[in-house]
Amino acid sequence: MRTILHSDCNGFFASVECLYNPQLRDKPVAVCGDKDKRHGIILAKNEIAKKFNVKTGEPIWQAQQKCPELVTASAHYDRYIRFSKMCREIYSDYTEFIEPFGLDEAWLDVTGSTLTHGSGEKIAEEIRYRVKKELGITVSIGVSFNKIFSKLGSDYKKPDAVTVITKENYKDMVWKLKASDLLYVGKATEKKLRQLGVFTIGDLANYPLELLRKNFGKWADILYSFSNGLDFSPVMKSDETSAVKSIGNSTTAIRDLENFEDVKIIFMVLCDSVCRRMREQGFRTKTVCISIRNTELYTITRQKKLGFSTNLNSDVLSTCLELFRENYFFEKNIRSLGVSVSDFEPDTLPHQASIFISEEDIIRQEQLCSTLDVIKNRFGSFAINPAKLMFDKNLSGFSPKEEHTVHPVGYF
Amino acid sequence: MKQYVSVTATFDTDGNILPLKINWNDGRSFDIDRITDVRYAASLKAGGAGIRYTCRIRQSEKYLFLEDNRWFINNEKEH
Repeated sequence: MRTILHSDCNGFFASVECLYNPQLRDKPVAVCGDKDKRHGIILAKNEIAKKFNVKTGEPIWQAQQKCPELVTASAHYDRYIRFSKMCREIYSDYTEFIEPFGLDEAWLDVTGSTLTHGSGEKIAEEIRYRVKKELGITVSIGVSFNKIFSKLGSDYKKPDAVTVITKENYKDMVWKLKASDLLYVGKATEKKLRQLGVFTIGDLANYPLELLRKNFGKWADILYSFSNGLDFSPVMKSDETSAVKSIGNSTTAIRDLENFEDVKIIFMVLCDSVCRRMREQGFRTKTVCISIRNTELYTITRQKKLGFSTNLNSDVLSTCLELFRENYFFEKNIRSLGVSVSDFEPDTLPHQASIFISEEDIIRQEQLCSTLDVIKNRFGSFAINPAKLMFDKNLSGFSPKEEHTVHPVGYF
Repeated sequence: MKQYVSVTATFDTDGNILPLKINWNDGRSFDIDRITDVRYAASLKAGGAGIRYTCRIRQSEKYLFLEDNRWFINNEKEH
């Protein structure tokens, strides 16, 4: 039987901010995006703010209505990355199998370390103690025999706690929890489950698999195995992280976008970042996807297959603009835009030349792009840019490639 | 309160850093007589985390922290 730990830094961003600002520690604190740049949502909160029901992702004004004394702190990503790294260094004293899940969570497979370091619970207690003393923040750790249950364990008791879920006690502990506590049971799935009379993880585990399949298709088997503790997915070593499947950037613009020119400027910046990241990874894309969110916070996403592969800014940009023109008609102004590319192939793969396009032209453009990449890597993203971006420096004055450092991740 | 200080230190061939002297902002400097403990630790009083050197300076014990590449000191004892 495996011994898997899931370690979750409690209110990570807020804990780090509280450590650095001792005067904040006994106040409700929330780390927020930059209000002036209109990124003013709650990114994380501490335990005191949690008691006021302040939620991650809600706008600052809404949180302040619930909790008038709320202290807002701005985010320092460099600090969080440093603390995340220090955390992983502690984990690596116990195992090499560390699979990060975002900056603040990680799975550890300590099966092989139990002989030298003691039981999973003992290792978890040691990690909890060391993180508290050495980093000054707290973690909650779940110990179990698979990744899903260990994650439930780390949510079970917070903060600064260790929860052990064994084959003997999981029916008492896990099955009583709400179905929505399970990984990959979001709002939509929860609603569907409720209609079937499934409220707890136990209900889900004991639901006839055939009926579940009728309602959820292939997800039925996943939900069934998750709820019964039959998840056998391995903890991946951090250097074995799965291949990149898509690269994307999005931004909430500093002001609402009113016309096509505004949109073009934002797309230019986003495409530049996405294409640079794609070229860094050595990929060419075959599918481009855009997302548009209007001032009512209504979002649409549209994607298109290119029919050829490319890593040129101009190709991705023109596809974005085409998709935009076909799908958006400015009934409302736009709040945020996103670009992502997927369906990759390596840029070393030979490609079919076309008689309709000048290949020389493509090679010239590729050379131009790689030269620009070198300049930008050396002197920063603003060192050299198309003249168009100079028209409205406020609007174009962001650099997703350098600022966007926290990548959300999926389980699969 | 968190107070950054200037420190004179040695780097040995293994890359270990040992502080020798704390140079105070007002020009005074204090020799570190002995280092009794070195470990990773957080400073809740000053607010920060890094490598903590427990130093004996003129009969009194002080914590000197190396955080990334800056040194800071907190006078009060903690933990």
